[in-house]
Amino acid sequence: MTASALIATAVQVVVVAAGGPLLLGVMRQVRARLEGRVGAGVTQPWRDLRKLLRRQPAAPTGTGWAFRMAPLLLMGTSLAVAAVVPLLSTASSLGTAADLFAVVGLLALGTVALVLAALDTGTAFGGMGASREITILALVEPTILVAVFALSARVGSTNLAAIVTATLRDPLRVASPASLLAAAALAIVVVAETGRLPVDNPGTHLELTMIHEAMVLEYAGTDLALVEWATSMRLTVLLGLLASLFAPWGIAGTGLVALPLALLAFVVKVTILGTGLGAAEVFLAKLRLFRVPELLAGSLVLALLAVASSFFLA
Amino acid sequence: MNVIAWALAGACVLAGVGVLAAVAAPARVRSGLVGAATVGIGVAGLVAGLAASGGRSWQARLPDLLPLAGVQVVVDPLGGWFVAVTGGVLAVAALYGVGYARDAHATHEHGANDREAHGHGPGGRGVLAALPVFAAALLLVPAAGSVSTLLVLWELMAVTSLVLVLAEHRARPAVAEAGWWYAALTQLGFVAILLGLVFYAAHAGGDSFAELRAADPPAWVAGVVFVFVFVGFGSKAGLVPLHVWLPRAHAEAPSPISAMLSAAMVNLGVYGVIRVGFDLLGGGARWWWLLVLAVGAVSALYGILQAAVAADLKRLLAYSTVENMGLVFLGLGAAGIFRASGAPTLAALALAAALLHVLNHAGFKALLFTAAGSVLRATGSRDLDALGGLRARMPVTTALFAVGALGAAALPLGNGFVSEWLLLQSLVHALPAGGVVTAVAMPLAVAVVALTAGLAVATFVKALGVGFFARPRSDAAAAATESPPLMLAAMGILAVACGGLALAPAALAPVLSRAVGTAVHTPADPVRGGVTLHLAGIASTMSPLLTAVAVVAAVAATAVAVRLIARRVARRRAVALWDCGAGPPTARMQYTATSFAEPLQRVFDDVLAPQIDVDVTPHAESAYLVTNVAYHARVPDRVEHTLYTPVIDVVRRLGRLGPVLANGSVHRYLAYGFFGVTGLLLILAVTR
Repeated sequence: MTASALIATAVQVVVVAAGGPLLLGVMRQVRARLEGRVGAGVTQPWRDLRKLLRRQPAAPTGTGWAFRMAPLLLMGTSLAVAAVVPLLSTASSLGTAADLFAVVGLLALGTVALVLAALDTGTAFGGMGASREITILALVEPTILVAVFALSARVGSTNLAAIVTATLRDPLRVASPASLLAAAALAIVVVAETGRLPVDNPGTHLELTMIHEAMVLEYAGTDLALVEWATSMRLTVLLGLLASLFAPWGIAGTGLVALPLALLAFVVKVTILGTGLGAAEVFLAKLRLFRVPELLAGSLVLALLAVASSFFLA
Repeated sequence: MNVIAWALAGACVLAGVGVLAAVAAPARVRSGLVGAATVGIGVAGLVAGLAASGGRSWQARLPDLLPLAGVQVVVDPLGGWFVAVTGGVLAVAALYGVGYARDAHATHEHGANDREAHGHGPGGRGVLAALPVFAAALLLVPAAGSVSTLLVLWELMAVTSLVLVLAEHRARPAVAEAGWWYAALTQLGFVAILLGLVFYAAHAGGDSFAELRAADPPAWVAGVVFVFVFVGFGSKAGLVPLHVWLPRAHAEAPSPISAMLSAAMVNLGVYGVIRVGFDLLGGGARWWWLLVLAVGAVSALYGILQAAVAADLKRLLAYSTVENMGLVFLGLGAAGIFRASGAPTLAALALAAALLHVLNHAGFKALLFTAAGSVLRATGSRDLDALGGLRARMPVTTALFAVGALGAAALPLGNGFVSEWLLLQSLVHALPAGGVVTAVAMPLAVAVVALTAGLAVATFVKALGVGFFARPRSDAAAAATESPPLMLAAMGILAVACGGLALAPAALAPVLSRAVGTAVHTPADPVRGGVTLHLAGIASTMSPLLTAVAVVAAVAATAVAVRLIARRVARRRAVALWDCGAGPPTARMQYTATSFAEPLQRVFDDVLAPQIDVDVTPHAESAYLVTNVAYHARVPDRVEHTLYTPVIDVVRRLGRLGPVLANGSVHRYLAYGFFGVTGLLLILAVTR
């Protein structure tokens, strides 16, 4: 664990924490402009967070430690994932823990904390959101792990830094059928995991359609700020992960010199992905909850095809 | 005699003492004495198993103990692993059982019958006498060194466990039904093992495992032996479609017994397949292991799907056992395929993953079953739909259940994650080995493991979130009180063990290497490392401790940062729940376990085939006015329904033929005798 690795990790965490709300702002702004509205500006999510951080958190009747701990755990896992995933540099100080399965598991752990908190409130809304979120979580899992299989089979390791380094060394891999299919599968998964359209509508407050919003309904003040902040960080990390896996150019190696360039590349890549996602959401309607499994089954087929092609076309 | 011999002899002596205590001791101290003896047996097993895992071995031949064949005992590192796991589970579950029974005695001062009627532990003489015998037999099965010894111990274990399962049969009719199912399937399994091993021994010309190992049976003989043995041991491990006894027996047995069955006894099915398939038969053909892989995958998926929609807490845990045994057999199948495909490093890794999962599963399942027992003791209910609000009333039990649930959900920071990670690593890196078969089978296996993991998360979130959090859904749940210290201490030991397994699995690496090496006959070193786990032949690494430290540090930093940023913010404000302006929501408005699992039930509608009846009773005068609507939803075990019902019907029909043949008429019986003897004489005359 060298000093430069430590600095790279710290920069990565700070960039994700600061950039998450900004990414959300960019996506909302893109959407507003495409819908013919002026929009609230890119920094609006940050202004919301500042406001929420000054407000008192609530302790609704009958809730306990599960409810109190969930925002902290959600934020904690998001920070840990931001530190582990190679977004700016492949030389993370937590490199040995940067296993794709572990990262997927940590993200799931954060979701589970929030789901348990929703159940702890004992309201119909909380249970509804929890039940729906956990269903999607369970169905997303196969696609993620099979896509990981496709990506790691040719590298011989599920370590993220190893996968990214191997792609950097042999850029043509990105254009292989296995890689393209896995990218498509993972893109669907990222949409489902982050609760964007067409799986969940982040802007809704209509009970029939809520998933994530129903779970966090009882939160207020600093708690809500943490949840919103962590959610935006998860979106950033997942988009950044997608970029690192399928377009790793610009990521710094062990040195610190390339770090500013890597930062620029990261910002550009994630902004492009976020803009694309925001623009796509304008043209999409939310799927019925029971159509979502069909979408996820489709993504699983893509992932299985990716593995098959990585074996038969290799 | 070395330490293993002393420990095993001590266990046998303690079993005798326990039986004596159960028969002779006065009722007040009976269950305490028997429990203490069982704890001693468990500790002795732990000592023997650890010594064997540490590289010592011991064997003995006692020719006078059993007529004809004699008894042979061999303890090697592979058997030692299972002896240690069994011993640990037995010791802690028995300790918990002492608290369980004592508490029942304190709350109901009416003696044993009342205790049984309230479902509080086995109190009768017969049941208590069976407990130490069961414990000793369970411990000695992996130490058996010959076919006859194994079979005798196996049957002893099966019969005594049946007595234990039936402990509360006076209280609930469901117990008797569970007993029938268990008796039928466990005997079926025993017959399958008997046929397989006896056929093998006949070909090998000897009874001891050493002779079997030296024999090289023809491929078809080995295949037949393996299929029989797999059916027999698979029924004990609860593999689909032979699992039907498990959710009944494990749910209806008293909770400490449930823990022993679910965390220790099912493991012996795994042991049997490893011992015969890998050690004695030496690996065998690839189709054997493809069969094992397929059956394991189906069991894992089917088990966790049933668990995900179950509303009975103990039934949920029992189905989760089916799932975890399925995962273990999936690992065994993968190991066998790799071995047959010439990839010994990967085979060793998959086998190590399976063995480690056996241990992890034993840890968290014993914890979960004992915690479920505490809930049952405090509320009298296992129905998740009637629980809730236990977080405030049973805080320690809730926290301990959460530790177990984290392990069972295979999330990071839990112990289940480590072994599932190892399993996934062995599957993911299989492509270079074994051609098209592995290329098709392994991605599907990964998808199955992943879906299983996802559904396990949903299952245990349901168990914890609905069963323990939120507000109580019944008066019984609202009146719950925390368990006595002895029960909490036993569960605490299990929770600490789970934590240790989750954070420092590398400490087990040498033991694991020895056990795997014994099974595959070549020195193997599949897992190495200290803080970080390294794998042989694969570049992947994982560091459970580092991950845990990172998460804890991040959570602490967040908490401190929030304090600093929001310094001027006043303390948490108590508010009412959001009720849409319609008045405070009642406890009945909460999501129940059934409603929580409803989306999953709908998604997997075709597999689960739930039975939903809606009865609408209209008013007498008009069909448009409804007086009553009844809604019944049930998810029956579909395998049981479609596979066993026809078999049972046929057997029942055959049984009805009996009265027709034997209607009580003496003339008819005399005619049977006459024709029987004449027929026999005719046959003899023709054939000689």
